[in-house]
Amino acid sequence: MTWFLVHFAEIVFYSLAAVALAGAVGVIAFRSPVHAALSLLGTFLAVAGVFVLMQAEFLAAVQVLVYAGGVMVLFLFVIMLVKARDIPDEPQYVRRLVPAAVGLGALLAALVGVGIWAASGGLPADGAALRMVAGAPLGNTEAVGWSLYRDYLLPFEVVSIVLLVAMIGAIVMGRKESGRGGAA
Amino acid sequence: MISTAHVLVLSLALFTLGVVGMAVRRNFITVLMCVELILNAANLNFIAFSRQLGDLTGQVFAVFVITIAAAEAAIGLGIIVALVRLKQTVNLDQVNVMEG
Repeated sequence: MTWFLVHFAEIVFYSLAAVALAGAVGVIAFRSPVHAALSLLGTFLAVAGVFVLMQAEFLAAVQVLVYAGGVMVLFLFVIMLVKARDIPDEPQYVRRLVPAAVGLGALLAALVGVGIWAASGGLPADGAALRMVAGAPLGNTEAVGWSLYRDYLLPFEVVSIVLLVAMIGAIVMGRKESGRGGAA
Repeated sequence: MISTAHVLVLSLALFTLGVVGMAVRRNFITVLMCVELILNAANLNFIAFSRQLGDLTGQVFAVFVITIAAAEAAIGLGIIVALVRLKQTVNLDQVNVMEG
C-alpha cells in the first residue's frame, strides 16, 4: 500500500502513456475514419492527463476544450459530411516505407538519446515558478494569463490574425461555387 | 517523481507514430489526424521542459501551438471539403491535378 502511494504519480503516468500510445496506434491502424477519430480522442484526453502531471493545469483544460471539444467535432463533422469511405492501402506503399522507417527510427533514436542525455541533468524544478504571479503564488491559470498578456502580447495579437485568416480561408474554400465567375 | 526523460520518450513515440501514419495512410482525413498527433508531441515537449526548467514560457508557447493546430485543422478540413467537391475522393493518390 505504501509502495502504491509513493509511486502513484508514476502509475498514473504509465497508464496515461499507454492510453495515448494505444490511441495513436489506433489512428494509424483503424480503417474506418470514425474509429480513427475516436481513437485520436483517447490520445488527446490522455495527453491532457499528462499535462496535469506536468503541473500545466490550464493547458490540460485547454487541451480538453480545444482538441477534444472543437477539433474532434470538426473532424467527425467532416467525416460525416464527405462520407469518407475506407481506402485500401496499396501494399507498394508499405513496402516502400520499410527502409524509410528504419532510417527515420535510427535518426530519431539518436536525437532522443542526445535529448535525454542533455535533459537528465538534474531534477525538475519544484514547479512553484509555474504558479507565481508578480511574486505572489496564485495559480497556473493566472500565471499563464499574466505571461501571455504581458510578456507575449504581440505574439498573442499576431496569432489572433492567423485565426481570422484561417476562419476566412475555411469559409472561402468550403462554400459552393456561385453561378458565374464565382471565386473558387 | 516522473523524470523529464520519460515524457520525452512518450513524446518521441507519439511523434514517430504520427510521421509513420502520414507516410502509410492514403486517407486525407487520417493524414490530418496524424499531423495533430505530431503537434501534440511537440506540446508534450514544451510542457516537459517548462517543468524541468521551472519556466512558464513553454506553457505559453504550447498555447500558441494549440491555436495554430486549431487553425490548421480548420483549413485542412476546408481543403478536404473543397477536394471532395472537385474529385469525389479523399484518397491522396488520386489527387494529382497539378502533376505535369
